Amino acid sequence: MRFTGHLDLILTWERTFRRANLPLSYSEGFNPRPIINLAAPLPLGFISTAEIGDFWLSEHLIPDEVLESLNRSLPPGLIIHDLYEIAQLHGGKLPSLVKRSEYSITLFEEFPRLQKEIDALLQSSQCIRTRKKKEYDLRPLIHDIALESNDEGSPPSLFVSLLTLPSATGRPDEVLSALDIPSYEAIIRRSALILKGIEEN
Amino acid sequence: MPGRYTGGEFNQIVKNWEDIGVRVALLFPEIYDLGMSNLGLTILYDIINKELNYLAERSFVPWVDMEKALREENVPLYSLESKHPLLDFDILAVSLPYESLYTNFLNALDLAQIPIHTNDRTDDHPLVIVGGHSTFNPEPIAPFIDAAVIGEGEEIILDILETYAGFQSGMSKKDKLNRLKKIEGLYIPIFYEPLYNEDGTFSNLKKMVPEAPNQIIKRIVGKLPPPPNKPIVPYIDTVHNRAPLEIMRGCTRGCRFCHAGIVTRPVRERPVDEILETMETLIPNTGYSEIGLLSLSSSDYTQIVPLVEAINERFEGQNIAISLPSLRIESVSVSLMDALSGKRRSGFTLAPEAATERLRNIINKPISDQQLLDTAKEIYQHGWHTIKLYFMIGHPTETLDDVQAIADLSKRVLQVGIQTIGNRAKVNTSVGTFVPKPHTPFQWVGVSPQEDIAEKLDLLQKELRGRGLKLNWNDPRETHFESWLSRGDRRLSEVIFKAWEKGAKFDAWREHFDFSRWIEAFSDSEIDPEFYSTRTRSINEAFPWDHINTGVKKSFLLEDYQWSQEGKPRADCRGDCFACGILPAYNDLRHENPGTLWLCPEVIRN
Repeated sequence: MRFTGHLDLILTWERTFRRANLPLSYSEGFNPRPIINLAAPLPLGFISTAEIGDFWLSEHLIPDEVLESLNRSLPPGLIIHDLYEIAQLHGGKLPSLVKRSEYSITLFEEFPRLQKEIDALLQSSQCIRTRKKKEYDLRPLIHDIALESNDEGSPPSLFVSLLTLPSATGRPDEVLSALDIPSYEAIIRRSALILKGIEEN
Repeated sequence: MPGRYTGGEFNQIVKNWEDIGVRVALLFPEIYDLGMSNLGLTILYDIINKELNYLAERSFVPWVDMEKALREENVPLYSLESKHPLLDFDILAVSLPYESLYTNFLNALDLAQIPIHTNDRTDDHPLVIVGGHSTFNPEPIAPFIDAAVIGEGEEIILDILETYAGFQSGMSKKDKLNRLKKIEGLYIPIFYEPLYNEDGTFSNLKKMVPEAPNQIIKRIVGKLPPPPNKPIVPYIDTVHNRAPLEIMRGCTRGCRFCHAGIVTRPVRERPVDEILETMETLIPNTGYSEIGLLSLSSSDYTQIVPLVEAINERFEGQNIAISLPSLRIESVSVSLMDALSGKRRSGFTLAPEAATERLRNIINKPISDQQLLDTAKEIYQHGWHTIKLYFMIGHPTETLDDVQAIADLSKRVLQVGIQTIGNRAKVNTSVGTFVPKPHTPFQWVGVSPQEDIAEKLDLLQKELRGRGLKLNWNDPRETHFESWLSRGDRRLSEVIFKAWEKGAKFDAWREHFDFSRWIEAFSDSEIDPEFYSTRTRSINEAFPWDHINTGVKKSFLLEDYQWSQEGKPRADCRGDCFACGILPAYNDLRHENPGTLWLCPEVIRN
């Protein structure tokens, strides 16, 4: 599942609803598409335990029954944690409500200087990087980075919290790269999506 | 695209490896994205996995980046389900629907760390069994395979597995093949040795064991078995990316260039009710929004109009799209598409194949220019802006005038479009080059020399430009490549092997195909490529595929070849039977399956 791209993931959801015999609403026009809004695309290769999506049905159905039907039709790799009805839309479509994403990154080995690298990155005022041939500053997109210790014998995990700003969204693989950790030394899991208007504790 | 290497899709079947008697790896030697659309693979996966004692798992060839990684890490090619190396399976069943997969097939064996030549394989290696349309001439790949399935895999696969299940452990490969040779429709090349005449032409196959059959008769099903209704649903985008549902096998039209039209005879239709019932389960089992109703010629399905009406009625409002490939040039095709295609109207494809009535009689696709123009008008009137016209060049007796006619006819179709819908009208002309195929009425014909093809393409490139016109064509070198492999004999296997050694793979991909590698391989093997390509065969010549019997008699093909030389078309055989040989070959099967599902006449016995 982690190698399924964003558009293919939407297709997977559409097929899951059709298998569950749940009627999605479709857009008008020459090429009707199901109305599905996933909060934030998950980059290829990442896993996630915290995705949020809005799905529009053409009939009013009982959420518990919808959940039950979906659970019977899910492909391997997708789990629904919770499902509820949205009474009314607040503040626009789901993708525009994302404020922040949190990631838990499993490292395959110890990086002895990692804490120092993290401190240096957090204390810096900017971190200019190049992505897709464009320069940008990663630093304002970083909300927090922390090392979390694991069981004895396992390397620590990395907690990374990144902001979604109107101009750009922070990418955890970019943070890894700024910390000199090769991408094949880590598995990146999105652990939370924080929406605007939701109180943080 | 790492998603093509992971497996784990919806409807994938993973059995407990240890509990299974016979394990089959189904290898499609192309990348996942293409191979997953192959209907044969879907059918065999379904049939084998329905049996408790057998399992089938899938494997595809990796793209070049993954191949590099596998080789660097010394990881043998594995199956997507259990990730077992192909080496660990009992049987490697390879699908070869077209010849340009041959080098990928060799590369897959090599990646699987299985010796490429059967002589180099031990008793412990999996048996390598191939099938698919290109194996109706198995000789060019004979030294690489243990056996070739001739005909329809669903009919023969369980015979093979049952025989295999009866093998004692530690049995030698030779003993295994000796037992397998009793299965009708299975060709085992080591029991035969080809002999050649002094002029280099093929003479005959010498049997190495007396009990090897003289003729390998194609196996067919009398009635199309129930279609798979739980196919695997890929996570990633694949070619077609829809649920396949075969509605008819075979074709009664008799286009003389068409390999599929001969080797899939007789025509067997699936009843409308069975198609509808299958759709009722196929959609909820997969979630697909598109169903491809597959056949060689959709509009020839006897009940096509009632079928489409019934589908529209039953699945209305469910956002289900239906695709009907290969529609004939007639107005019913337009109404069919009109009923099916909803609001979106991309291109409408018509395949006149040749642009003059003279040439269309020669290739036996007799429609008139007027019929084409009338159909085109209707298509534009019904909301399509683009018509795709598919032609071939290099037909027997073709002149530059016939090629000029392709340009003229394309422009006349565009003119009809402009008159009907104005300047939005477009015509895309696709030009392939004719490759003579074994078992067809044109199997005696030489392929056009490259210079001739180039001259004809030049003409078309000069003519078909300007507003509303677009031309696609194939490289003449790709055509010649295909012609060698199609009508080669066993000697050609050396060329294939050498070309692969020089790096040939993904020959069907323009960016990977390298003509010079093949020419070098021919030269290293001291074989003249023109012997296989441009040479016209004498009608007395024995063919290296004569021992493969499609049920259609060689004398019938020869008669049809001679008719073509006289410009004499042959009518659709659903009206009159022309005694192609199918009925006598499958007399019992027809008797067991009476009625209208076969389009051949009934066999009545007292």
